[in-house]
Amino acid sequence: MRNRSRRFAIPYVIWMALLVVAPIILMVIYAFTTAEGGFTLDNFASMGSYLDVFLRSFELAFLATVICLLVGYPVAYLMAKEGPRFQRLAMALIMLPMWMNFLLRTYAWMSILENNGLINQLLRALGILDLLGVEHLRLIRTQGAVVLGMVYNYLPFMILPIYSVIVKLDGSLLEAARDLGANSAGVFRKVIFPLSLPGILSGVTMVFVPSVSTFAISRLLGGGAQMMLGDLIEQQFLGGAYDPHLGAAISMVMMVIVVVCIAVMNHFGEGEEQAVML
Amino acid sequence: MSKELIRLSDCVVKFDDETILDHLDLYINDKEFLTLLGPSGCGKTTTLRIIGGFLSPTSGDVFFDGQRINDLPPHKRQVNTVFQKYALFPHLNVFENVAFGLRIAKVNGAEVTRRVTEMLEIVNLKGFEKRPISSLSGGQQQRVAIARALVNRPKVLLLDEPLGALDMRLRKDMQAELKRIQQEMGITFIYVTHDQEEALAMSDTVVVMDGGRIQQIGTPEDIYNEPRNAFVADFIGESNIIDGVMRADGVVEIFSRRFQCLDGGFAPDEPVDVVIRPEDVDIVAEAEGQLKGTVTQVTFKGVHYDTIVDFYGFKWLIQTTDYCPVDSRIGIKIDPDGIHVMKKSAYSGMFGDYSSYSEEYDEIGDATVEPEEEDSGDEE
Repeated sequence: MRNRSRRFAIPYVIWMALLVVAPIILMVIYAFTTAEGGFTLDNFASMGSYLDVFLRSFELAFLATVICLLVGYPVAYLMAKEGPRFQRLAMALIMLPMWMNFLLRTYAWMSILENNGLINQLLRALGILDLLGVEHLRLIRTQGAVVLGMVYNYLPFMILPIYSVIVKLDGSLLEAARDLGANSAGVFRKVIFPLSLPGILSGVTMVFVPSVSTFAISRLLGGGAQMMLGDLIEQQFLGGAYDPHLGAAISMVMMVIVVVCIAVMNHFGEGEEQAVML
Repeated sequence: MSKELIRLSDCVVKFDDETILDHLDLYINDKEFLTLLGPSGCGKTTTLRIIGGFLSPTSGDVFFDGQRINDLPPHKRQVNTVFQKYALFPHLNVFENVAFGLRIAKVNGAEVTRRVTEMLEIVNLKGFEKRPISSLSGGQQQRVAIARALVNRPKVLLLDEPLGALDMRLRKDMQAELKRIQQEMGITFIYVTHDQEEALAMSDTVVVMDGGRIQQIGTPEDIYNEPRNAFVADFIGESNIIDGVMRADGVVEIFSRRFQCLDGGFAPDEPVDVVIRPEDVDIVAEAEGQLKGTVTQVTFKGVHYDTIVDFYGFKWLIQTTDYCPVDSRIGIKIDPDGIHVMKKSAYSGMFGDYSSYSEEYDEIGDATVEPEEEDSGDEE
């Protein structure tokens, strides 16, 4: 029985080895070698000049995650409290944009935020731009635009895990809390919120990790002015600054920082189910 | 001692077109152990939820200590509940579960520790303070739930089938323990159960409910010895319920034979339901019997034999320590105090015939069946 079920696991083990473990090993090897193949730590030493990119990446990703949480939690909470018909509808609306291509959605934001984009055209037509005495509002190529793109693209990943935790909460626990003297705020603070922590941890992980490593959003909405780690790494492999060894080293450092962040976070949610590690 | 504490006055609860509670009137005294007893769907849990504040009656009033509390939310009532599935907080340990209500009330730390420790001692869970809830057995979780409710010193403790999920032995232990705790704390317990043995063993007052109405209120002895209708007679213990005619005060006619009884106050020749408990029947030689019948089935039950006897086509259950083999002819004698006469009711003819003995007896006699969900809709 045991041997048989083990046999079923073989394809997955091969899959994991080929597509997860092997790339990580390759990345580590690249990070510690020179183009000639010798061992070196130079790749890491030269990383100091990119400190601003590191800081910006983590700062923007952090900001996007916080905004996603602040927006996503109330949405998830209200959704879970509504009737099943509303829940289905809300779920469909949240999922709908995800059926469109990620790049397409981000391009759409470009045409909304551009200097001659939808917003500026609208403001111009309303005469507000004249009122302010400017040619156009600078919306694109700002950190705000990058954060907006992250929030827009990754918000569903915050809402869904929180929603699925809250909707499964045992109603009798909430009754018990009320019975023991808690008003609505107390029930939320002492029961609903602590019990939805696993969902929050999953959501935070699922928003933070892709945000910190994105390059499409920062390229399209940041217009190169807001270079992030993703862009930096991409340049090392495909761009003019071709240096896969440096790229691997940056990737590795970023991965280590992310893993440490998640580990610390999970530690605070002690005992709760582990957040999904991507 | 027996001051009125809670009164439900003409309470009606309707969900859509379904009537759950049908003009219920009930008062509950201070320091009383009152049990709401009935089959699933009878409205007992609904009644409890009205008192707890989780449900407002569609019409009617609820009074607590003379104050109308229809619109008072649960957290402002001096009532605490032990929920059917305990509803313990999985993110808190035993101590913090019990301390929950005190923390909300902002009781200071030393006082919390003192009261929680004391309460855990009362429910025999000393030393379990740091344990997570998931590591406790059903019986232990039950005790935590009781401690969590009682630590707030409520005037009334509501218990919704609290022993339903426990096995037989543990259930018996907990029954005795609950009774002890109730007396020790000196507060009112309102207990919901479908288990008649549990109700009889623990209660000061039993309220038998069916179809959203109260069928009878009384002490366990009253309910058992003087059931008001066929439903109560059948639901509480075993009963043979036979059609009879009241010929005069103290004389009832069954199967065209007259029996002496202690009941009176009926119209002359009024048709009645006659209850004869299986243990009140004496088996005698056929020639000496007031009624004569044939044994059709015998089951050994330990203390006694369940003997099914056919009298003129109507089957009785008789519990006797004398073994009578199947197909033997026997006679029976019934003392006047073994006969209880009831007015005819809507339930007449529905209960008390043991022709379909095996199914009915199993269904009613076995307390471990029917773990019911009355508050439907919250399935996992």
